[in-house]
Amino acid sequence: MDPIELRLPHTLQRPQATSNHEPITHSTEPIVTGTSVVAFKYKDGIMMAADCLGSYGRMAMFRNERRLMAVGKTTLLGMSGDISDYQHMQHTLENIMTQEYDMDDGQRLGTKSIYKCISKIMYNRRSKMNPLWNSYVIAGVDSGEKVLGYVDLIGTTYESPTIATGYGSHMAQPILRKVVEGREDEITEEEAVKIIEDCMRVLYYRDARAFNKLTRAKVTAQGVEITEPYSLETNWDFAESIVGYGA
Amino acid sequence: MSSLLSHEIGYSAPIEVHNHGFSPYVNNEGTSLGICGEDFVLVASDTRQSNGGYSINARRSPKAFELSNRTVIATTGCAADAKQLVEDMEQRAQYYVHKHGREMSTPAMAQVLSQLLYTRRFFPYYVFPIFAGLDAKGKGAVYNYDAIGNIECVSHYAYGSAAALLQPFLDNQINKAHQRGADTTAKPSRAQAVKLAIDAFTSATERDIYTGDWLEIFIVDSEGVHKLTRELKHD
Amino acid sequence: MSPILESAAGFKFDNVKRNQLLSEKGNAAPRATKTGTTIVGLIFKDGIILGADTRATSGPIVADKNCEKIHYLAPNMYCCGAGTAADTEFTTSMASSQLALHSLNTGREARVATAMTMLKQYLFRYQGHIGAYLVLGGYDVTGPHLYTIHAHGSTDKLPFVTMGSGSLAAMSVFESRWRAGLSREEGIELVKDAIEAGIFNDLGSGSNVDVCVITRNNVEYLRNYVMPNERVEKEQSYKFAPGTTEFIVPKPPATLSGEEEGTAMDVSA
Repeated sequence: MDPIELRLPHTLQRPQATSNHEPITHSTEPIVTGTSVVAFKYKDGIMMAADCLGSYGRMAMFRNERRLMAVGKTTLLGMSGDISDYQHMQHTLENIMTQEYDMDDGQRLGTKSIYKCISKIMYNRRSKMNPLWNSYVIAGVDSGEKVLGYVDLIGTTYESPTIATGYGSHMAQPILRKVVEGREDEITEEEAVKIIEDCMRVLYYRDARAFNKLTRAKVTAQGVEITEPYSLETNWDFAESIVGYGA
Repeated sequence: MSSLLSHEIGYSAPIEVHNHGFSPYVNNEGTSLGICGEDFVLVASDTRQSNGGYSINARRSPKAFELSNRTVIATTGCAADAKQLVEDMEQRAQYYVHKHGREMSTPAMAQVLSQLLYTRRFFPYYVFPIFAGLDAKGKGAVYNYDAIGNIECVSHYAYGSAAALLQPFLDNQINKAHQRGADTTAKPSRAQAVKLAIDAFTSATERDIYTGDWLEIFIVDSEGVHKLTRELKHD
Repeated sequence: MSPILESAAGFKFDNVKRNQLLSEKGNAAPRATKTGTTIVGLIFKDGIILGADTRATSGPIVADKNCEKIHYLAPNMYCCGAGTAADTEFTTSMASSQLALHSLNTGREARVATAMTMLKQYLFRYQGHIGAYLVLGGYDVTGPHLYTIHAHGSTDKLPFVTMGSGSLAAMSVFESRWRAGLSREEGIELVKDAIEAGIFNDLGSGSNVDVCVITRNNVEYLRNYVMPNERVEKEQSYKFAPGTTEFIVPKPPATLSGEEEGTAMDVSA
């Protein structure tokens, strides 16, 4: 075996076929999953939110998942998709950040570098036909510039003033594009919180894998701040008027 | 660099796997075209990135890039592969400069692109590139490729979701196809090429759902690379 | 199967199997024009407002840039259609004529629930093979009513509804801004914004916004209420000089004078 491969952590080793006749198989579907991540640029930086639900298929299994994390001082990472793959990514990123710290050269990985790093990890895994089943949203302020990027299990990347993954790409993006596009440098923090909560509320109403308990985060030149989980107010008044489905 | 990092980021050939439910490709579509003039080349792409379905990923995700001050590349197909391919090209161009102390010639770069595509013969880059630049004598050259490296030098070419709409239009306007008595040898002027590119893309935006948002036009002439941006419809 | 059982009443789906077999053998059915669509409806203070975009697609190609998706059903009823263009067109026109006959028979204005029941029963019989996805709105003697009808025959009765490929984009607008008791102006604005969300975020939807306001004893059909996607002017003209297209000058037919070779036509008898 390749000597380099011997030193790999167990989770990174290539799966081995049990016999010469059996094909090598990889996990081909996500198991415990998180739904949408919503993020957009505003005046001071980037606002991001994700709910706290870890779904097991159609079961709402874990209700206190954290899907937003800081990477270094000024980078914020949001995840949707398989949570075990996310934890593997966390582990990898922690190692990379530790190695960078150990260099002790006064350099810090900026958001753009971390974005590229995650993108390459995702693209290389897909090229081995063994993807990490996630979509990531990477946000930060890098040398005074707001950066907001996306990467998914295929390695597809794009940057945009507004990003929403999963169901959010259908139901939060339309709201964000209308309200945020062209106003990235005007929107105050107060307004940004209202916008992102409106999006998360809509997703809770219409995404069957969503939850009204969420964490919200902002990243500015000062750094990353992630809230503790909190619940959104919802309104079901309209339901009073609904009777049946026909005449 | 540590073993962990090199393993995750370094390339290794795909191992033979039988996999269900995962497709490594997505067609992010959009349209690119290239036009060759006497002493210039033009390359144009829209900037819409879609997800293969009915969603727009990003309105402004460029797929045409400046590779050197006399070459440009436009891509369509899988954006992830295109990104990797363009980065590979940039790297090869850089290595050449470091090694030889001058920039690679346009025909040489065209050949490198073909070879890079062929390295993935059995797990292809799902990318359809148009590569354009000025040769050593300052004459324009436009090349198009298939996904595995077949190369062709052409007067004009269109790739992507609206290629079938644009190619006959360019054949008619540039090669004067089906025009009796027209001068078929004349190459388009620079102003003419820009007008054709803009009209091609505003028209493609009308009828192709995957083309739109913004248009980026790169023109390479003896002075270097010039970039024009035009807004297209967002619907 | 015995001839008696064979001829028993009900629908047969033999052709479905036949078509499957044909497509497996490489004779796929022709591609239908789909109205990859955003259609919506809501209840406001005085009635119903329906809305639709105007793009019809055939695969990735825009087949019609300004089609009409809000169909007339009866004087007090209109119906938005998504799905297969031909199916929405024929289903609504069939329902429309049946409703007209029903009105003449009963001497009353038809009720929205009647139209809804007719449509759902008709679509259910075809088990989804008629690809009509409808938003039905109208105002009758019992007040305003708004329904969605799916191709398989299920219905919903809700204060705000969306359908088509842009339904999620449109619903995001309704879910964040709809409330009971909207005024006419607020309602039209909300419908317009919902359709525009579809137009700009869903690739299956595009072009213009059609709106239809249905109130007690009145209908306002606002065709192309807003047109946010006008084509820009072209950079140059593409008129060709006369004679550009090659054509063959037809030879005059052979005459009896013998100028042309060949046998003269037999003109005897």
